[in-house]
Amino acid sequence: MSVSAEPQTADPGSEHAGEHRDYVGAKLGMWIFVFTELILFGGLFVAYGMYRSMHAHDFHKASGELNLTLGVINTVVLLTSSLTMVLSIVAIRLQRKRQSMLFLACTMLLGAIFLVNKFFEWKAKFRHGVYPGSEHLMARPPGERLFFGLYFGMTGLHGLHVTVGVVVMSVMLALLARNRIHHSDFIKLENTGLYWHLVDIIWIFLLPLFYLAA
Amino acid sequence: MNPSMQQKAEAPHIVGYATFVKVWIALVVLTGLLVGLSVTHRPNLALLGLLIITPTKASLVLFYFMHLKYESATLKYMAAAAIAVLIIFIGLTFSDYLFR
Repeated sequence: MSVSAEPQTADPGSEHAGEHRDYVGAKLGMWIFVFTELILFGGLFVAYGMYRSMHAHDFHKASGELNLTLGVINTVVLLTSSLTMVLSIVAIRLQRKRQSMLFLACTMLLGAIFLVNKFFEWKAKFRHGVYPGSEHLMARPPGERLFFGLYFGMTGLHGLHVTVGVVVMSVMLALLARNRIHHSDFIKLENTGLYWHLVDIIWIFLLPLFYLAA
Repeated sequence: MNPSMQQKAEAPHIVGYATFVKVWIALVVLTGLLVGLSVTHRPNLALLGLLIITPTKASLVLFYFMHLKYESATLKYMAAAAIAVLIIFIGLTFSDYLFR
């Protein structure tokens, strides 16, 4: 392995003697951020729950219009991307740099596939005149307006998180290539993984609430 | 794995590829089960799926992919506290709605 042959990765202690590293602190900080994200989406889930209990029939009817196949495909895509993310971290810890980069690139590709699917899903809705504030949507019952408002708001915010995740991963890929992330200093990659799995967990809840509510 | 290894945050042990592939298979199977239950058009079964299968999937991601299973007790308590806050938050809002 080329990684282990390099002195800086073979003995990082002596090479980075003056460098301050706080593995536990860095990870704890990321977890606290993850908790704030959980509360952010939690608030939106509460809003969904309240409006659904007020307009059960409308939510049921509107949910039937969503593309279940695309929703399930995107779920499998995101679950698989979580697997490749975690495998990328295992690989770098085993000093398999190329494998780690390959797994990370797969994760980015799967994230991009998720966004492309989302694009086509939203495009189809827009073509049918279903988008926030559209005349067609405003003419429909209040519960259906709320359902689609929450659908675009929550999947939109989630999609934004996926986009940010892919951008962060591209930075991690560059750091891996330059040996700035290696088997004894991989906290940046690990924290990126924590973020990506959070995005996955949120989608795990979005699937039954929006696509399976019919 | 040596239990004392898990105590040391500086030297966390490496979980192999196979464990994660198994977790992924479980997640995909559970997703299939969830979708299967919802298309039976029996609301009780679908609700069961939502209340049991979905949190199970989230826990699998949390404990294995996010490595929480192998983290220190401090981090586990912190995660438990964050989830408890979320549950109280949801519970209080719904009890307010149901009993007003």
